[in-house]
Amino acid sequence: MSTPRAHRVPLPLVALAAGFMAAWLVAAAFPFLWTVWGSFKLEGDFFSRGDWRDALLGPRTLAATGSPFTLDAYRDVWVGQEFWRQALNTLAITAGVTVVSLTFGTLGAYAIARSTKPYAFWLLVAALVFRAMPGLALLSGYLLPFFEWNLWGHLPTAAIVLVALNQPFTLWLLHSFFLTIPRDLDESALVDGCTRLQAFRLVVMPVMWPGVVTTGIFSFLVGYSDFTVTAVLLSQQNQTMVPAIVAFLGTTQQPGQVMYAVAATVSVIVPLMILVLFAQKRIVSGLTFGAVKG
Amino acid sequence: MPHRTFALFVLPSFLAMILFIALPLVSVAVQSLYVEHPQVMATVEACDPFGCTTETRVDAQATAALREAAPLGRFNGLGTYLNRAHLAVAEVRAAWAAAPDWASFLAAVLSLPFYRALLFTLAYTAVVSPLSLGLGLLVALALNALPRPSRGPIIYVTLLPMIVPTVVGALTLLWMIDQRGVLGALLQWMTGDEDLSVRASPALTWIALFAQGVWSSAPFVFIVFYAGLQTAPRDTLESAMMDGASRLQRLRWVTLPHLAPIATFLMLVLVMDNFRVFEAIIGLNAQAHATSLSLLIFQALRSGDAPLFGSAAASSMLTLLCIAVLCTPSMLRAYRAFKVKA
Repeated sequence: MSTPRAHRVPLPLVALAAGFMAAWLVAAAFPFLWTVWGSFKLEGDFFSRGDWRDALLGPRTLAATGSPFTLDAYRDVWVGQEFWRQALNTLAITAGVTVVSLTFGTLGAYAIARSTKPYAFWLLVAALVFRAMPGLALLSGYLLPFFEWNLWGHLPTAAIVLVALNQPFTLWLLHSFFLTIPRDLDESALVDGCTRLQAFRLVVMPVMWPGVVTTGIFSFLVGYSDFTVTAVLLSQQNQTMVPAIVAFLGTTQQPGQVMYAVAATVSVIVPLMILVLFAQKRIVSGLTFGAVKG
Repeated sequence: MPHRTFALFVLPSFLAMILFIALPLVSVAVQSLYVEHPQVMATVEACDPFGCTTETRVDAQATAALREAAPLGRFNGLGTYLNRAHLAVAEVRAAWAAAPDWASFLAAVLSLPFYRALLFTLAYTAVVSPLSLGLGLLVALALNALPRPSRGPIIYVTLLPMIVPTVVGALTLLWMIDQRGVLGALLQWMTGDEDLSVRASPALTWIALFAQGVWSSAPFVFIVFYAGLQTAPRDTLESAMMDGASRLQRLRWVTLPHLAPIATFLMLVLVMDNFRVFEAIIGLNAQAHATSLSLLIFQALRSGDAPLFGSAAASSMLTLLCIAVLCTPSMLRAYRAFKVKA
């Protein structure tokens, strides 16, 4: 099969596009590669004012530890600073947000997608308006009631807030996915004597998994990446990873403290890089589904 | 679907949004009219063998009791809105009276915390939104010109700045532009200024924040535009070529109009998101030179030993007002487009 002529690209243009793309790829990836590489060095090499090549070769790290790579920063932060506690908290928040978000979202989005009444449409519009509300403005509304009712500081509180704040996006995305599933499918299940809930659970959800997986990835990212909600709503011992990294830098500077943050940062980034490796197609389809078709 | 079934299905989702998005708006509005109790002062007479002295002390117990009884604080009307930390009406008026010309008036106003934050937030939104729209479009067009097998890995790398949490992404940049970091050293070498530090210069800090913003939001724009390009009308492109339209003309008159509705949508989302700018400032540790409206709220909530609820709420209300003004036109346009489609 040959490409139609209109879509064949002349060579100089390909070269130009390739050059531009190369520059962009360096800009996109270099900060991460540099930080990952540097996290296995001592601070003197990570910040190497004298010669930038020190950050690559690590002469100080070699002199101090006998190897150009060291796991010192990781050991200090995971064991010494007990970063695993924050990792567990992040895991709990992330799991909670994903499960609850998907449960609420699939139920609501299914009804919106199947209803022909005007209020279903207005609910979507309201969700879009809610989407514009900045999280911090809402957080300042929660804080006082949460203090009063002793809800502040607990992991479930932060998780449900994250679910609610992300519900508009979840509804829009899932609703677009439900629209791609033919109505006949659940109508015929209803004719066969299923209740709505049975039709939803036994007939529609089994063919809905691409939408659920895609939306689930985004819910996961919301829980995993959040700084604002978790920084304000969680107590010290329930701290999650991202706010903890900022806290490493915020306290009085001790030697090596920056390397805690560097190692913790890499520990947060690498799982995401692996996730994108497997979930790239889903992420792309989710972003375009919510945007182009929504 | 019957009303009852619909209601039952949407109930959890609806309740979550009402409880945690709609009601807090009311609570914020109420809170903004109240202000923290002043500390209760007690005059105590302390006597020792050399005589008696009276001194005024904070009565911690009475203060705590008062806070317990009325946690909201005392009613302050619009006082919080008008004070120095927010609209600063008195200060603006004084500056107006004292300033000999416009420039010094503006300088005086922009040194007030709220207006300083507003200026940065608006500048950030106005610079970062169009630039990330442009960069995302360019990357999408470039990718569309490259051979298919190379596209998967390129998309993978492109997604990274967006997937990584904003704070964390900003930190990796911070360490590079640090005086001792690789980009900081490069800048020093290029300018020949040994003491050049991005973080010490307000202008360079702003540029770094803008760059971080474009870097992290361009991937989203890219993905959406790239998907739009795949649905570009092939027939129209073919016939435009038959008619002798050059590549650039085809781009200008066929492809870009096809992408225009997507661009409108993207712009709305970008403006909404960029107006919240806050995590990037934390990540780049730039609070000294750049404050945003969201940062003001954050700082009020985490100030000292007790959160300043009144101040945070007033800042929140002003932020919401700005967002309403900023987003209503494009929301209405999106709504009308949706109505036509439906």
